[in-house]
Amino acid sequence: MDNFSQDFFLILPQVELTLFGLAILVFDFMLGVRDKTGNAVFAMLGVLFSGISLYRLHGLGADPVGGFTSSIVVDPFFVFFGAIFLAALALVILLSVRYLQIEEEHHGEYYALLLFATVGMMFMASGYDLIVQFLGLETMAISFYILTGFLRGQRRSNEAAVKYLLLGAFSSGLLAYGFSLLYGISAMADVRGPMGMPLMLPRTNIDVIRAALEQRGPSDLLVLLAIVTVAAGLFFKVAAVPFHQWAPDVYEGAPTTITAYISVASKTASFALLLRLFVYGFWPVRVNWIDVIAAVAVASLTIGNFAALTQTNVKRLLAYSSISHAGYVLLGLVAALSGEEGNATGLTGIAFYLFAYAFMTAGAFAIVIVLRRQGLIGDELDDMNGLYQRSPASAVLLLIFMLSLAGIPPLAGFVGKYYIFLALIQTGHYYLAIFGALYIVPALYYYFRVVVHAWLREPTAAGEMRVTAAQSVALAVMCAVTIIAGVYPEPFIQMATHSLSLPAAILGR
Amino acid sequence: MQFYDNHILTVILLTPLVGALLLLFIPRENENAHRTLGNAFGLLGFVVSLPLLWRFDPSVSGYQFLENVDWIPSIGARYTLGIDGISYLLVILTTALGAISILSSWSAIQVRKKEYYILFLLLQVGMLGVFMALDFFLFYVFWEVMLVPMYFLIGVWGSDRRLYAAIKFFLYTLAGSVIMLVAILALYFRAQQITGQYTFDVPTLLGTAPQFSTLVQQYLFWGFFFAFAIKVPMFPFHTWLPDAHTEAPTAGSVILAGVLLKMGTYGFLRFSLPLLPTDAAARQEIINILMVVSIIGIIYGALVCMMQKDMKKLIAYSSVSHLGFCTLGIFALTPQGLAGSIIQQINHGISTGALFLLIGVLYERRHTRLISEFGGLSTPMPSFAAIYLIMTLSSLGLPLLNGFIGEFTILLGVYQVSVGWTAWAVVGIVLGAAYLLWLYQRVMFGPVTNPANEHLPDLNAREYATLVPLVVLAFWIGIYPKPLFTILEQPVRQIVQQVNPGYYSATGAAAVRPPVVSSQGPGQSQSVLASPGSSASIVAAAAPVAKR
Repeated sequence: MDNFSQDFFLILPQVELTLFGLAILVFDFMLGVRDKTGNAVFAMLGVLFSGISLYRLHGLGADPVGGFTSSIVVDPFFVFFGAIFLAALALVILLSVRYLQIEEEHHGEYYALLLFATVGMMFMASGYDLIVQFLGLETMAISFYILTGFLRGQRRSNEAAVKYLLLGAFSSGLLAYGFSLLYGISAMADVRGPMGMPLMLPRTNIDVIRAALEQRGPSDLLVLLAIVTVAAGLFFKVAAVPFHQWAPDVYEGAPTTITAYISVASKTASFALLLRLFVYGFWPVRVNWIDVIAAVAVASLTIGNFAALTQTNVKRLLAYSSISHAGYVLLGLVAALSGEEGNATGLTGIAFYLFAYAFMTAGAFAIVIVLRRQGLIGDELDDMNGLYQRSPASAVLLLIFMLSLAGIPPLAGFVGKYYIFLALIQTGHYYLAIFGALYIVPALYYYFRVVVHAWLREPTAAGEMRVTAAQSVALAVMCAVTIIAGVYPEPFIQMATHSLSLPAAILGR
Repeated sequence: MQFYDNHILTVILLTPLVGALLLLFIPRENENAHRTLGNAFGLLGFVVSLPLLWRFDPSVSGYQFLENVDWIPSIGARYTLGIDGISYLLVILTTALGAISILSSWSAIQVRKKEYYILFLLLQVGMLGVFMALDFFLFYVFWEVMLVPMYFLIGVWGSDRRLYAAIKFFLYTLAGSVIMLVAILALYFRAQQITGQYTFDVPTLLGTAPQFSTLVQQYLFWGFFFAFAIKVPMFPFHTWLPDAHTEAPTAGSVILAGVLLKMGTYGFLRFSLPLLPTDAAARQEIINILMVVSIIGIIYGALVCMMQKDMKKLIAYSSVSHLGFCTLGIFALTPQGLAGSIIQQINHGISTGALFLLIGVLYERRHTRLISEFGGLSTPMPSFAAIYLIMTLSSLGLPLLNGFIGEFTILLGVYQVSVGWTAWAVVGIVLGAAYLLWLYQRVMFGPVTNPANEHLPDLNAREYATLVPLVVLAFWIGIYPKPLFTILEQPVRQIVQQVNPGYYSATGAAAVRPPVVSSQGPGQSQSVLASPGSSASIVAAAAPVAKR
């Protein structure tokens, strides 16, 4: 296990992304102003190589393989989330080229930072140690602070970056405080290795923390404090109520490509971290926080959905909708952790939901990106007017993404919601299920406000829309996944079930 | 051909979809091609459903033309199609009305033709799927899918307040549906505890329903209730209907009234009735509520009709009243009530569909639907007036026309349960005659008051083609309804045996004469009706006696 080359193999996807990111920083100087697209090509190559390595890790099988004294782990969980991050990254790169040209901010650093952010996300998913996880989170967050403010000439981009930085730093602080409390708990606990041997693992390892929490028991005040602070930090990252206020401003101000990446990958990565901690680490004391999660989920659904009703900016609207989606995933978590042995349906539901969410949300943002033209931001609802006349294909895609986000069958979003409700009912949470289901109604209303502008209003902005080949590829992929995962979800369900399941170690078997 | 023989329902279901996909690839400038192909596929959809007429075997109990393919094994959802007598009639109604309404849009739809025909064909797929699906998951998918094209039909091609009407329609229906989704899932897990396997198979799930506790049955019943009650719509949930019907384009109104509302009553018949609590007291409680609500719907709908200034809105409200009869018949839980209700659903599709078409004809000529704008139309448009009269009479239930058969049978069924309810329902019939005839009088009779109406052209060939089939059907059902009763015999009998087991043993008639029932009529409904079927069953009953 301590063989360095094998450990290295386990983090190869991240290493490759890092190397390509660094290479972009170097080569950027050699590229002429007109050749900046080369950076994007280079970044795509990085995604490709990383993807191949990830695929080889996929070949390791279902059993988790630890590395670097178990501070990272490669299991289906990591491979699943890593694949989502890489797919989202590839889509965002495809969408970015034209967007950056319009914004006249086509710099190599942009792509390098995207890759670094993804490295951070992958460590969040593979980290099995508080320190690795925290480093991954910070790598991602810092990259995003810079990317949010990447449009230096635009005031709202700068404002968003500062806001994101301040609030993000605050939440990281909370999380770090929670982690330190967890470390304290595990350092004080008497955790032994197999057969009573002295423990070879660091005190920050998730397994050690789980054992320590089990000894302390759920009623311990210190445990409660640690979990509450960790939860608050993570709720901030996934933009769950009441830690959601940053989301609409950052979403609106950031370059739309980055907004898409924040809302898709950053949220998914934060959920990966949240699941890793709460499901793997905090399992023994789950009675403590299951009601908290349910309350946060309900609050996120309520505030997300109702605040979205009155938005006039598509990016803000999608920000609030992403808050409500976080609520659905948290509802899935409530179901997944109910009962003695947890609920496999709930975990499958979470994985499927995050998968579907990534593609349909990215798709919705992609339409806004395509709309962006010189001299027109393109993210107000009125900018959507008559999209149907200007570009019928984009309007159809928009409709598909909106229907999927709302949860209308037969699209991916419906299957995700369906699984969440399935799990809630299986575990007896009837009221939560009805509650979650009824919120589809207001959600549909605001998603259809966008559709109404695109389909039923006369065009106000003249001019043809230009969709580049790269954008078309990205849109086609997102649309295809949204439809196929809805019409024939079986392989995706299998994948979700395989990726996210309670490990035997936790269930004490 | 082999494929068609084995997958007749799939072919019927997918024909409109193929048409929609084909239209997708024709450039939008080519408007005539869209119109022609749209009509061709509308007609083709009807033609491929015609073989059902002779292949469907009414003597078989249970579902026919079954198709069963694995779809999502992880959750036990399957692609299961099948029809019994009830869904058979509704499928034919859907394909027929679909073809007719597509034809009626020929000149009425002037903008965005491509999308119009694509959406209309998609709508057909959704509606057919709802009537054919025998898997709850599949059913729910079709149930929801259908909302999207309907939303656009109202929202793009509707009249002034179309956006409001379209989103109202969507949200109302969606609210009911999502609750139904939760109820379906609850049923899924409850049934699993009994059968031990995860499945969405409709007969299996509903077959376990009687074993639940009364409380669970009540919850499940109400869980499904809202989706169907909003769709029907029953009295307090009807407010979306006048808006949607009035704002929708003519063809949209025809389909809304003719088929969409039937999805609600179909849901009641297929899903809600088997979920009724087995406990007599609990069941009666629910029945009482629903009967009262139905009667309120009948009378309220009729009264509101009296006050309408807009012809289309008047017909829209009359749907509330007529569908009240349908739910009344369903929840009487007697064979006559059920059979009458189904026949009344078909009738309502025919006569209200035709009335909407006729109003559409007027609207195309005058671009107004206000009653006060018209008067004395029988002078310039005699054929129009004649067909309008037939459909009015059919709608108000004149004997020899279809409406009478439905309403009369329903009242027969309700009478066996309660004389009081019947009396109230009859008030609805009287009021129905009043508002329909008053409307006819104001629009058709007297001198031509408005000069704009003096030279209105009468029906053209295409309009005849849309209306005459409905007139023929109205007369046919009114004069010789036996085939319908024969088709409905088995499914109705099955439902009554399950939800009202006391009925047959109490009346005794059916139990005493098993050979008659199995070979001929639906026992009760035919003999009471004194339709030609009953004489046949008397002959059949007499035959063994004569031999002896």
